[in-house]
Amino acid sequence: MSDSIMIQVDKLNKSFGDLHVLKDIDMTVKESDVVCLIGASGSGKSTLLRCLNFLEIKDSGIITFEGSQVEKETHDLNEVRQKVGMVFQHFHLFPHKTVIENVMEAPIYVKKVPKAQAEKDALALLEKVGLSDKKDVYPSKLSGGQKQRVAIARSLAMKPDIMLFDEPTSALDPELVGEVLATMKELAEEGMTMIVVTHEMGFAREVADWAVYMHDGRIVEVGHPEQLFNHPKEERTKNFLDSVL
Amino acid sequence: MDLLTKFIDTYPIFLKGMLLTFQLTIVSIFIAIFIGLFFAFLKISKVKILEWIADLYIFLVRGTPLVVQIFIFYFGLTSLNISGFWSVVLGLAFHNGAYIAEIFRGAIQSIDNGQMEAGRSLGMSAGLSMRRIILPQASRRALPPLGNQFIIALKDSSLASFVGVYELFNIATTQGSIKYDYMSYLLIVAVYYLVLVLFFSIIVSIIEKRMASSD
Ligand SMILES: Nc1ncnc2c1ncn2[C@@H]1O[C@H](COP(=O)(O)OP(=O)(O)OP(=O)(O)O)[C@@H](O)[C@H]1O
Ligand SMILES: [Mg+2]
Repeated sequence: MSDSIMIQVDKLNKSFGDLHVLKDIDMTVKESDVVCLIGASGSGKSTLLRCLNFLEIKDSGIITFEGSQVEKETHDLNEVRQKVGMVFQHFHLFPHKTVIENVMEAPIYVKKVPKAQAEKDALALLEKVGLSDKKDVYPSKLSGGQKQRVAIARSLAMKPDIMLFDEPTSALDPELVGEVLATMKELAEEGMTMIVVTHEMGFAREVADWAVYMHDGRIVEVGHPEQLFNHPKEERTKNFLDSVL
Repeated sequence: MDLLTKFIDTYPIFLKGMLLTFQLTIVSIFIAIFIGLFFAFLKISKVKILEWIADLYIFLVRGTPLVVQIFIFYFGLTSLNISGFWSVVLGLAFHNGAYIAEIFRGAIQSIDNGQMEAGRSLGMSAGLSMRRIILPQASRRALPPLGNQFIIALKDSSLASFVGVYELFNIATTQGSIKYDYMSYLLIVAVYYLVLVLFFSIIVSIIEKRMASSD
């Protein structure tokens, strides 16, 4: 694990109208870190990820990404987003494009990669997620697990420096969860920096370097997964873990 | 049969009228699609003043009879030395543009917001995501109502006869008055319209099937 800081968050706040969703979030993610984010529904996990990807614009606080403080006034957020991949609970594959077209779309139209090169890269990524045989089918013909693996390949095609996963397996049938987690584990082993919102404790234990428990818009506890899950220091963490396990 | 001989005797002139009806419809719908797309974007722009402009346009079109709109365009534009044909085309385009704007707006808004977010999360700009991700999907959804609007426009183009455009309906009434036999020529022109509508319905359903292949 390297020591350089990938993303640093200082006193991040975000509200939707009167609803104060993120409260003074502080967080530092180093290169190659795998972080698991847990917390009850509505605690602000998705909003935090979305702020880190600038799909949601923070109200206050500082987000430093790869050493530079990112503000919408000074940065082209489209460029920043290229470096921050995001995988959604409901995949959001492009239904009007084939699997390989889904993966090639952004490299061709955003990075202006020549089509032949983009196709070659896309095939390699599909190979990696085990779906090269599905390259020419439309997403509607895939299982949920396959869809999510394509979504991961699509994100990777932009060669991001960090990947954010928002409950990547919670829309899947139980028997399909494993294949997606396996792909994510492989990514982690290759050194990808990842922040994963998940309630897959097994995955968190095995793969995550540290885990974060969020409650009501705050980070309540941070720790090594083993320690956080087995010996939580905070009462609220304990209550939450009791309720999900 | 009597009606059949009348049909055969007049088909060259009716075919000319059919061509004109066809041109009126195609050209006006073509323009109306651009007008519609433009006002659909105003409506989803989330900029109040632009939304109001679009609302006003749609209100004007919906709140007045088409025949009034055609007369206003005809007298307004021919006084600027624009031909009768083009004044009517623009009148029809103005009219259909409002309905098409609503069709596009509905289709765009029916696309799951996650599609835009997926595009944005890959670093695509809002405009690029709209063009590459949202619009292709929205056009598929818009196709059935657009086909419907096209057929309405085809039939509405008959109102052009009131300002002297020699399209199908005008030919029917002219023939009827020359030969003191309105009923025969109205029945004959109804057949021409039915054939046109059938033809376009088939084309629309072929396009729909092609586009649906990915779903
Ligand atoms: N765009 C929005 N507008 C208004 N309120 C929102 C918006 N997005 C999220 N919220 C609210 O913010 C709070 C936090 O939502 P968020 O989605 O971040 O929670 P979460 O921890 O991801 O929950 P879940 O486990 O259900 O996904 C919720 O109360 C939610 O209703
Ligand atoms: Mg969430």
